[in-house]
Amino acid sequence: MDNKNLTLLNRIKDSDIYFSFIKSPTAIVSTLILIIIFFCSFFVELVTPYNPFDPSSLSLMDAFTPPSWTEEGLAKFILGTDGQGRDMLATILYGSRISLIVGFSAVIFALVLGVGLGLSAGYFGGKYEMIVMRLTDVQLTVPSILMALLVDGIARGIISRELHDEMAIYVLIFAIGISEWPQFARVSRAATLVEKNKDYVSASTIIGVSNIIIMFKHILPNIMRPVLVIGTIGLALAIIAEATLSFLGVGVPPTTPSLGTLIRLGNDFLFSGEWWITFFPAIFLVILAFSINLLGDWMRDTLNPKLN
Amino acid sequence: MKTKNLVKFLIAILFVFSSTQSFAKTIKWSMQGDSLTLDPHAQNEGPTTMVSRQIYEALVTRGLDMSIGPQLAESWEATTPKTWKFNLRKDVKFSDGTPMTSEDVVFSILRAQQRTSDFKEYISTITSVKATDAYTVEIQTREPNPILLNQLSNIFVMSKKWCEENFAMAPQNWDAGQETFSATNSMGTGPFKITLREPNTKTVFKKNSKWWGDVEHNLTEIHLLPIKNAATRVAALLSGELDVVTDAPVQDLDRIRASGAHKVQSTPQMRTIFLGMDQAADQLRTGNTGDNPFKKKEVRQALYQAIDIEAIKKKVMRGLSEPAGIITFPGVTGYTKELDERLPYDVDAAKQLLADAGYPDGFEVELRCPNDRYVNDEAICTAVVGMLGKIGVKVNLFAQTKSKHFKELKDNQGDFYMLGWGVPTLDSHYVFHYLYETGASWNKVNFSDAEVDAAIRVMEGEVNLDKRNAAIANAWKIVKDNIAYLPLHHQVISWASKRSVDVPIRPNNEPLFRFSNVR
Repeated sequence: MDNKNLTLLNRIKDSDIYFSFIKSPTAIVSTLILIIIFFCSFFVELVTPYNPFDPSSLSLMDAFTPPSWTEEGLAKFILGTDGQGRDMLATILYGSRISLIVGFSAVIFALVLGVGLGLSAGYFGGKYEMIVMRLTDVQLTVPSILMALLVDGIARGIISRELHDEMAIYVLIFAIGISEWPQFARVSRAATLVEKNKDYVSASTIIGVSNIIIMFKHILPNIMRPVLVIGTIGLALAIIAEATLSFLGVGVPPTTPSLGTLIRLGNDFLFSGEWWITFFPAIFLVILAFSINLLGDWMRDTLNPKLN
Repeated sequence: MKTKNLVKFLIAILFVFSSTQSFAKTIKWSMQGDSLTLDPHAQNEGPTTMVSRQIYEALVTRGLDMSIGPQLAESWEATTPKTWKFNLRKDVKFSDGTPMTSEDVVFSILRAQQRTSDFKEYISTITSVKATDAYTVEIQTREPNPILLNQLSNIFVMSKKWCEENFAMAPQNWDAGQETFSATNSMGTGPFKITLREPNTKTVFKKNSKWWGDVEHNLTEIHLLPIKNAATRVAALLSGELDVVTDAPVQDLDRIRASGAHKVQSTPQMRTIFLGMDQAADQLRTGNTGDNPFKKKEVRQALYQAIDIEAIKKKVMRGLSEPAGIITFPGVTGYTKELDERLPYDVDAAKQLLADAGYPDGFEVELRCPNDRYVNDEAICTAVVGMLGKIGVKVNLFAQTKSKHFKELKDNQGDFYMLGWGVPTLDSHYVFHYLYETGASWNKVNFSDAEVDAAIRVMEGEVNLDKRNAAIANAWKIVKDNIAYLPLHHQVISWASKRSVDVPIRPNNEPLFRFSNVR
């Protein structure tokens, strides 16, 4: 076991990816930041004693406490509190968990759909390919936020209100995912077109391997590099799309706020001097999206310089 | 030839400049919500009446100082205790040029009494109305009515001819979602007329050049531009896009004052904010206990005592509210300081009451709230959710725009809801008649008490003021002891405007643009 781990570690250490990683300070810093954010968001119960989603634990008299380093700040609320007396730090971390869950799920949804369609389109070609590619063209002419708003609006129309609050997060994932899949479909189709004329594919075909196995076992691993690059950048886009939708008020309900909802709620207090209510969630979102983008850039340079 | 052309040219230039610069005085007015309908009898709701008030007029009206004075009626007298004679002004014309006669007044009062009217409660004591000649109207009441003038000040007069031509003989059935010509168009005798109506976006009022009164304003146009988001509204005001905001957010008043070009006016408003709980339903629509906890007075009292109204005042309203014990405010007949005392805030007592009533673990219910009607309405509801959570009552907040909130409330869809109540007649009767009388149109808690109903009849017909006041005091005592509603606070309103714009503030939150000036 140890031996195998060691060799794996050695293999990683010997790889050009690792070499490129330790030579790139931006990649290291952004990875560190992301690890911290992911850890704090997913294990938020260990990080902070407050639960902002439990209204009975809040005290309205704590509302509008400024950050702890200012004159009226309290040590127990490091980043201050919002208009309902929720600790800002805890609220941001709980919110970022929702944002991350939505972001990851949406990208995975888009990736599975996009790669599935793109790969099969590239492999089979013909009318099927044409239909899929025209579909992506149509989809790309609709701005992603508009698409997401449309999906959310339809969902509100067809499912009841009580159900909608529970379903809001799935609707959001679907809405963002459906607006991002064309990117994946295009890239994977292009990569498949290159791969399918290579000898190993022809060889497999000749010995009678089925199409499904050729596509997903042989071609898929070889097109994963560009797809992963797009996926990383898509994650940042999905998180921002979620924030935008929540900011517009069509995202997750305010009782379980995500980062975008927090920014929207804080916006009401921007003029009255309570800047921290909107500032901290906003800066947190910026750091999160920026780190993911930097990491994505590095991955693009390393894994697939041609995409540059 | 040349000089002639030059003169023409100069005249043209002069005309263009004079028409665009010296005459155009526009006020851009904003608040969070819009008028629900232009039909002046369809919805008895604050902003709706605010808009109607600029274009329609009543027999009598309240001036800037809130006292009743003549408007379409020049003079009036009670010929018998139950008969009133109104002498109309003879120089009043509708904005289309047709003269207003007693026929229009009779038509309007009868129109406001129809089933689809939301103003029928105001004039439910009127048994007959007839025109004795072209400019005299005689009104009969069921009993001697001491507050008839107060009530008539809210009954707007429409043109019979216009209504006939446009199929608007009956008020729009707003509750049923009916669309009528009169809901999107208007034609009144008032100082302004509406030339453009885009609901929730823009309403343009133009000066009515045929208005009969002395013009005290210097406006040519008013643009009503509702902006729901508080920060956006303030930003628009500060950047100069708006001239006056009649519901400046409490959290931004200091910022607005700090701007040298703007001013803020505040006054206690004639409006009380409260929560209602349906006490008639056998089972809550959104509950989890299978019964209706609100039927028990202990439960209602527990919710009452769990609300820390001082915290709401300090944190949500920033000091700009007055905690309330009853749904009426100083200045209304029947109001006393003792009645306005609240039960003490006491979480332990509330928990005990809840346990005594058989709900030691609390229950679940949905709270319905408007989010664009009252000052910080949604924030108040959010605060209440937290406070009730502390005694184990799990409240799910459902906040939505006021047009939907009111419609669904009237459709009996609410278990637990927020509402605000103003008293345009400045008499307690109005509150009882709408909120407490058995089966009343806004009595959505379904409160019913024979003694209160009897007292309401006394308020309508008793001219002996001592007896009438005793009936009012008794009725208030009954409903207060019963905790039919959970009163929260009397609202304080703040209007913010440019320094160069004068719109006098009024405690009923209704601007009168005929007294407004722009420098």
